[in-house]
Amino acid sequence: MGQTLAEKILSEKVGRPLRAGEFAVVPVDVVLMHDGTGPLAVRQLGAMGLAGPRRPDRTLVFLDHGLPSPRKELSNDHAFLRQFARAAGARLYDCGSGICHQVVAEEYAAPGQVVVGADSHTCTAGALAAFATGMGSTDVAVAMGLGENWFRVPESVRVEVRGAFGPGVGAKDLILWLIGHLGADGATYQALEFGGPAVAALDMSGRLTLCNMAVEAGAKTGLVASDGVTREYLAAMGREGAWRELGPDPDAEYARRVEVDAGTIVPMVARPHRVDNVAPVSEVAGTPVHQVFIGSCTNGRLEDLRTAAAILRGRKVAPGVRLLVMPASRRVYLEAMRAGVLADLVEAGATISPPGCGPCAGVHLGILGDDEVCLSSTNRNFQGRMGNPKSFVYLASPATCAATALRGVITDPREVLA
Amino acid sequence: MILEGRAHKFGDDISTDHIAPGRYYHLRSQLSELAKHVLEDADPQFAARLRPGDFVVAGRNFGLGSSREHAPTIMKLAGVGAVLAGSVARIFFRNAINVGLPVVICDTSRIAAGDLLRVDLERGVVTDVTQGFDLRVAPLPPVMLAILRDGGLVEHVRRHGRLLLEV
Repeated sequence: MGQTLAEKILSEKVGRPLRAGEFAVVPVDVVLMHDGTGPLAVRQLGAMGLAGPRRPDRTLVFLDHGLPSPRKELSNDHAFLRQFARAAGARLYDCGSGICHQVVAEEYAAPGQVVVGADSHTCTAGALAAFATGMGSTDVAVAMGLGENWFRVPESVRVEVRGAFGPGVGAKDLILWLIGHLGADGATYQALEFGGPAVAALDMSGRLTLCNMAVEAGAKTGLVASDGVTREYLAAMGREGAWRELGPDPDAEYARRVEVDAGTIVPMVARPHRVDNVAPVSEVAGTPVHQVFIGSCTNGRLEDLRTAAAILRGRKVAPGVRLLVMPASRRVYLEAMRAGVLADLVEAGATISPPGCGPCAGVHLGILGDDEVCLSSTNRNFQGRMGNPKSFVYLASPATCAATALRGVITDPREVLA
Repeated sequence: MILEGRAHKFGDDISTDHIAPGRYYHLRSQLSELAKHVLEDADPQFAARLRPGDFVVAGRNFGLGSSREHAPTIMKLAGVGAVLAGSVARIFFRNAINVGLPVVICDTSRIAAGDLLRVDLERGVVTDVTQGFDLRVAPLPPVMLAILRDGGLVEHVRRHGRLLLEV
């Protein structure tokens, strides 16, 4: 009997065949932490009596949630992590480098790796056929100090996507549809394995969006087989040598199969305050918004900013609407700047913020007022998520965000596409 | 290990943003300060009403969302004796056991707010003393049971120098 991609990667790592449901201690290739979870991980490492990172060059420390620091307490946490990275020889990604998951995709993730991070969206790197999953600070400290951690090999849900996306529709709409279909706990403890012609045709940016939100259905990780798109992406990042073909066996066994035709997917939103409270944009069209946010590890990549700029170029954001744009990494920022994408967005009325996670996690840079409504390209809309429990967050694609910024009310992007 | 306490009821899908809101991000290195806001966005009066040893009794998918271990840590610091829930999100489940906060997965629908509960972790039984019924508990995997018995993951690794998959 064949193996799913998750079973294959974990089996390879431990050197014996593993099946869904088995427990195993598995070596870890890349460990990451950030300014919200890193200080605790570092303190726990010491409390366990472990000397330090087994692989300092694969221990990544990101100052990405609170930058530039809005509070002295966070400044002190930043100083603590800088000191740790210096002393331990870990890789420090200081303020402005980018969101941890974006930088991991650009510089580290590769097919067949096991990636563990003290952030729930670590699953993003599954787009490069890595087994990548989020854990808490102490678990990450164990992965860092012992070079391994325990895993329950997950059952997999095969998500088979046929056909092709229509204009103005893409990966974000598909993953929102899927989360609505499965429910916020529909894939708990499982892996979502995405495949089929529409996934094969997706660029890496779209695949990262899919895997990023696997956790919003409760999944341990999302995965896409490694193929020519993976190779091209790694080559563009100067890492073609890290490429190899890696996919599930044709006779792999799945807990469940979901089949969908991409041509039937329409622009989707998740309504407050649940990610699985999903509806077509048409059902909430006309809802006034105060703020639109385009950014995050879900949708802050060059392709996302290009999509938004294509809609906003030569036009103006509606009066009374604040459009915030945050490139996901320094690389994305530079590329968007050089391509003129940022100029188009700024001319339309956008405010560009430095690469990071601030607004999405309610830390700073775009906290909502009481009763305010935000349409956001991010991944969570729980009550209080964007910093105020009396505010309302809708989630959507960058195209829907741009169209909404233009009109000031939630708008189907297909209405404004040139 | 037998625990006793009163039930504080919550609904389905209580996220780690409800438990440890992002607007207190700057308090993550001051856990006793952060603990004053525990579960604030699900029940603003919870921290004031909680007595040491009380239980958080919730519905489906408790602890979904962010990986912040601060969520179960401040629940424990505030005095929560255990979490009883119909189901628990994956990262929260690991984190709670890692910090020594027992998680009991059972059908919580019949438990009422204020009920006196007794939890026998070894036998895997929850007794609603107020209403007089027992609930069956889903067993923990051996590795999690070993971590919980050691008092958490830090103690587990200190004691054994590695992870024990079998007890």
